[in-house]
Amino acid sequence: MKIVVCVSHVPDTATKIVVGSDNKTIDANGVTYVLNPYDEIAVEEALKTKEAQGGDVVVVSVGPDNNKESIRKALAMGADSGVLLKDDNYRDSVGVAKALAEEIKAQDAQIVFFGKQSVDYDNSIVGQLTAEMLGYNCVSVAVDLKLDGEKITAEREIEGGREVIETSLPAVITCQKGLNEPRYAALKGIMAAKRKTIEEKDAAVSENSVEILEMKKPAPKEPGKIVGTDSSAVPELVRLLKEEAKVI
Amino acid sequence: MDFNLSEVQNLIRQTVRDFAENEIRPIAAKLDEEEKFSVELTKRMGDLGLFGMHVSEEYGGGGMDILSYVIAVEELARIDGSQAATLAAHNSLGIGPLYYYGTEEQKHKYLPRLCTGEYLWSFGLTEPNAGSDSRGSKTTAVKDGNDWVINGSKIFITNGSADISLGCTVQAVSADNGGDKKFTTIIVENDTPGFTAKTMHGKLMWRGSNTSELYFDNCRVPGENLLGEIGEGSHIMLKTLDNGRLSIGAMGLGCAQGAYELALKYSKERKQFGKPISKFQAIAFKLADMATKIELARNLLYKACWLCQTGQKFSKEAAMAKLYCSEIAKEVADEAVQIHGGYGLMKEFEVERFYRDQRLLQIGEGTSEIQKIVISRHIGC
Ligand SMILES: Cc1cc2nc3c(=O)[nH]c(=O)nc-3n(C[C@H](O)[C@H](O)[C@H](O)COP(=O)(O)OP(=O)(O)OC[C@H]3O[C@@H](n4cnc5c(N)ncnc54)[C@H](O)[C@@H]3O)c2cc1C
Ligand SMILES: Cc1cc2nc3c(=O)[nH]c(=O)nc-3n(C[C@H](O)[C@H](O)[C@H](O)COP(=O)(O)OP(=O)(O)OC[C@H]3O[C@@H](n4cnc5c(N)ncnc54)[C@H](O)[C@@H]3O)c2cc1C
Repeated sequence: MKIVVCVSHVPDTATKIVVGSDNKTIDANGVTYVLNPYDEIAVEEALKTKEAQGGDVVVVSVGPDNNKESIRKALAMGADSGVLLKDDNYRDSVGVAKALAEEIKAQDAQIVFFGKQSVDYDNSIVGQLTAEMLGYNCVSVAVDLKLDGEKITAEREIEGGREVIETSLPAVITCQKGLNEPRYAALKGIMAAKRKTIEEKDAAVSENSVEILEMKKPAPKEPGKIVGTDSSAVPELVRLLKEEAKVI
Repeated sequence: MDFNLSEVQNLIRQTVRDFAENEIRPIAAKLDEEEKFSVELTKRMGDLGLFGMHVSEEYGGGGMDILSYVIAVEELARIDGSQAATLAAHNSLGIGPLYYYGTEEQKHKYLPRLCTGEYLWSFGLTEPNAGSDSRGSKTTAVKDGNDWVINGSKIFITNGSADISLGCTVQAVSADNGGDKKFTTIIVENDTPGFTAKTMHGKLMWRGSNTSELYFDNCRVPGENLLGEIGEGSHIMLKTLDNGRLSIGAMGLGCAQGAYELALKYSKERKQFGKPISKFQAIAFKLADMATKIELARNLLYKACWLCQTGQKFSKEAAMAKLYCSEIAKEVADEAVQIHGGYGLMKEFEVERFYRDQRLLQIGEGTSEIQKIVISRHIGC
């Protein structure tokens, strides 16, 4: 079975983000980029699927040359080969999905794994868009997955509980924390990844439908308030939660 | 000049950092408190591929360059000196002499098991009366028929007496013609009759690492356990120490980096006189000095690794890197405690462990004074 994982290359969540001088992009100076954390879960699920069913895991990323670092990391974890769909310019989520859909079609992949969200733009949308473009079934935010032949049984997190879904291949799965525990890229895997190929091609041309007008940092959080330290503070706390915070 | 690390080196740093943060950090304080060497954690470091990183794949190693290995030690030391010590001693001092001086048979016999984390190997040079002056060794090896018979003792030997210690490379005096001593290195497996390994307790630092005394009482090993040539022992041990200095340097660098990061974070959180203490110039300048020293240390150490990897002479730079990295580890850890104020003296705060762990670095594998002797010889004093 051909298995594809789509990965984004994102600023490390530990880096301090600074808005660039154009007020539209982040200042990439001194920012370390890593494999999107949710995509690590996607890679792990793809590898587990391969280990159970056999097949080939291909890692695909849309973006500039640097995205190869994240592809390489996925290869070090155990994926078989990589494809970089090259684009040095800004591309919105629809554009990313278009490029991915075209490649997935060419690969004739039966199952495609995504992260549930890319921690850079946080749109949580590329997986679903890609599924729609391909006409594949889609399970988003999966926390459990079972494959039995063509049949898929998956669980999703929903407000206050879990939803169990049955569907079939071909399908797109977007992965949520809890689905698995991603393995480390063992050092031997890192060395082996050096010998695996990353094919480069231009990403399918696409017009952006979204324009970023401005980027700004959220206002600093107001400091918390300590209302009191014993039960006598409860009425005041309830009043504040009702009237100021308006959460109850 | 290209200061960029390769993609592989960057990935190794990322992986080892994640492993150290997730698997070692949560238990480091407990292992330190209980003075406990963890077989289980050692095995997991082995599964990650840390042991025998620089050994060729033919013997079960990782086939990586020296800098990759040094980066791995640095990343472990950034979180925990003890685990970094287990790795650095095993790879540089344990595996090193077997790999560089062993016969094909010896290499195939030992290295595959030593590259998995299943077993550890130690390096027995230091004796109660022979520390800096290793030529003061009193342990003897006498040829009896085809066998070597060893008598004497060693002290402070890392990885010598853990449950998974497989053996030791021992330096012994094989001939003494009126003070003109010949040294020979011999492989001794831990289960050899006449050999006893005893764990040393009560350490200030590296409490999660195994340190031992070794005793040889008519300990008899077959002639094929000779490592290298008869009389070549001193040369083998000194060459091994050249390599070892790179990994001790990495421990100093990683320790400094870890202590600095803790101090920087704390200084931004701790408020006094109405503002974070990082806003006081006296504190900010300390942090600036720490960051500068770390940058210098890293450049020097990585250059020594590059010299070693490209087959150039590196023993002067290795001594400089060992000296500088371990000295700044002391300075940085000291200032990091200062920035933590009273909390820095409490075990609840990680920086306290860094302050203790750095103290071995100016002593082990050649004291700072001995490094200066080495450097001064190189510059022609
Ligand atoms: C050419 C290029 C350069 C970029 N440079 C800029 C820039 O200069 N300025 C800027 O503002 N933004 C830039 N980005 C970021 C880019 O816009 C986002 O990666 C993209 O919009 C997806 O973000 P999202 O929030 O929609 O993803 P989500 O919908 O949150 O992502 C969900 C999942 O989709 C998959 N996915 C997401 N992105 C990719 C990808 N690129 N390749 C493969 N799989 C992916 C992953 O599995 C991910 O977990 C760049 C991206 C590309 C492709
Ligand atoms: C935790 C730990 C782990 C160790 N692991 C190992 C190991 O795995 N294998 C191993 O073989 N050894 C190991 N050692 C031993 C270590 O290498 C020695 O402690 C070190 O070489 C110093 O020897 P010494 O302790 O006998 O000090 P000494 O040699 O007695 O030195 C005492 C002081 O005198 C100074 N001094 C000595 N000679 C001179 C001189 N000529 N000029 C100026 N000053 C001088 C020294 O610098 C030092 O300050 C370990 C030590 C420790 C504490």
